[in-house]
Amino acid sequence: MQDYRIKEGLNACINCGTCTAICPAAEFYRYDPRRIVDIVQHQDDAQIEELLKSDTIWYCGECLSCVTRCPRKNAAGLIIMALRSLSIQTGFFMESEKGRQMYLLCKDLNSNILNYGYCVYPRTFKYKEHQEAGVVWKWEEEHLDDIFERLGGNLDGEGAGAMRKIPQKDLDELKKIYDITGATQMLENVRAAGLKKAEELGLTEEEYAKKLYTESSNKHFNH
Amino acid sequence: MIYEGKQKIWADYQKEIPEDHYFYVRSCIRQSFFPASEVTFLDITRNKLGKDIFETEHHTTCGGIAYHSDAIPQETAMTIIARQFALMKKYGYENYVCSCITSFGLYCETMETWREYPELQEKIADNLWKSCHLEFAKPKFLVHASDLIFKYRNQIAAKSKYKLVNVKTGEPLRVVEHIGCHYSKMFPSKGVGGAEYPYVLVGMVEAWGGQIIDYPERRHCCGFGFRQYMIQSNRGYSLSNTHKKFESMEPFKPDMIITNCPGCPYFLDRWQYVIAETEGKTYGENGHGIPVFTYEEVAGLVMGYDPWDLGLQTHQVGVEPLLDKMGIPYDPAKKYLGKNGKNIGEPEKPHCLK
Repeated sequence: MQDYRIKEGLNACINCGTCTAICPAAEFYRYDPRRIVDIVQHQDDAQIEELLKSDTIWYCGECLSCVTRCPRKNAAGLIIMALRSLSIQTGFFMESEKGRQMYLLCKDLNSNILNYGYCVYPRTFKYKEHQEAGVVWKWEEEHLDDIFERLGGNLDGEGAGAMRKIPQKDLDELKKIYDITGATQMLENVRAAGLKKAEELGLTEEEYAKKLYTESSNKHFNH
Repeated sequence: MIYEGKQKIWADYQKEIPEDHYFYVRSCIRQSFFPASEVTFLDITRNKLGKDIFETEHHTTCGGIAYHSDAIPQETAMTIIARQFALMKKYGYENYVCSCITSFGLYCETMETWREYPELQEKIADNLWKSCHLEFAKPKFLVHASDLIFKYRNQIAAKSKYKLVNVKTGEPLRVVEHIGCHYSKMFPSKGVGGAEYPYVLVGMVEAWGGQIIDYPERRHCCGFGFRQYMIQSNRGYSLSNTHKKFESMEPFKPDMIITNCPGCPYFLDRWQYVIAETEGKTYGENGHGIPVFTYEEVAGLVMGYDPWDLGLQTHQVGVEPLLDKMGIPYDPAKKYLGKNGKNIGEPEKPHCLK
């Protein structure tokens, strides 16, 4: 693996398990970062391929708490990120339930970035899909323009300020960055794989997206 | 001997923060959910303290949430970051201040990787020129916006109208500080105080009269987890981690929580609401939650800003118990009004959370 995150994140793991002990994901999911680092360190191609096809690599929350505590200065989180990139490049991400969620993540986050210049954009952050955001967000959603005006923001406005409209020239530059750094190709591949899966399941694109967003097997959990 | 050793260790975590002249870059989450916090940061630094904090509408997201959701390649994120840095240079700045912890961590990771792999830096510089016709540059100093409030904490204290003190008892308020994982867990030397004993928020709280609470899960993640929150069916991960923190801090009876990262106050606020509405459990006094604040909001309260100008009405956990303790006056009738007193209705009341 040529990923810089492997070079940065793996320096002779001693298998002490500190990363697993500190890991928020390991408490919630059936997940053991120590084991993953061990497999990568042993460079067993068959086991690595199994990982790339598994749900396991998608359990990490990328908080990188593991980095602080590792006595060898390893970064299990960075190794996971490299494995995820490889899983997407090879198409193995489609073999697992959590991997297939890439279709939605790529679609939602990148449409915000390429259309508005933000990862999170309040007009696309819907209460219906985020009821945990509370009844206060339901109210905000109904009065976004008034609330941003009240709080000194600049929602979709010209010039600088909170949630300003980012000029089209700048959005065009982001798109060019996507084109030359492989993001555009990656998004097309992930989308095509998702649509193919939807067709196999006899679902429309919308039905497939809803399935990915809402359904989860119980097999993932620790308890 | 031991004292000297401790001093040496501590010296590794002293961060050099220039006094003035910064290129300011906003946070996607802070702008979306706490726009008044960024407004307050700029008002305090520019207008109250007279600092030069420059902003341009041409900067964009750093791509950090997409990167940590694995939805863009590392090279893409690095080139977007190179574009942000190039804009800083274009507008004549060499100090870079960002409003987001995810961004800050990603900038640190990117600059460290460039330092170790110059051929990668060269490739990114080439990408930048091909895509944007901008000259590659790196900041001389990279800081998070909280680093600046930390640096100015005593100046803010000198201008304060209120303290983090219970006006009825005269006791310091009991404050939970939550740093945000990507501030210093990856690169401890880049944050004030490092990763084990970060001092960036502690310094503010101490300067403004409060008392920090230490509790077992103090350094535990808020539970964002990027993809673990973005996808509804993963969201139990996020809730469980927040729940773990609140169960751990509850016995210490915090009056308030101050946060560093823009995502953390959202999760610590909103998951309290969910826990209250689904389980009937509340962590504050008399059915209230524990109010959660951004550091800009706390600085604003201390300096005497109107709570509703700070956007505290957009929190789901009511802030009034804390305002009462600090002796800050507020008009309940104005809480949910729009600009110039416009009536824009008000949120429904939660069923359980007061």
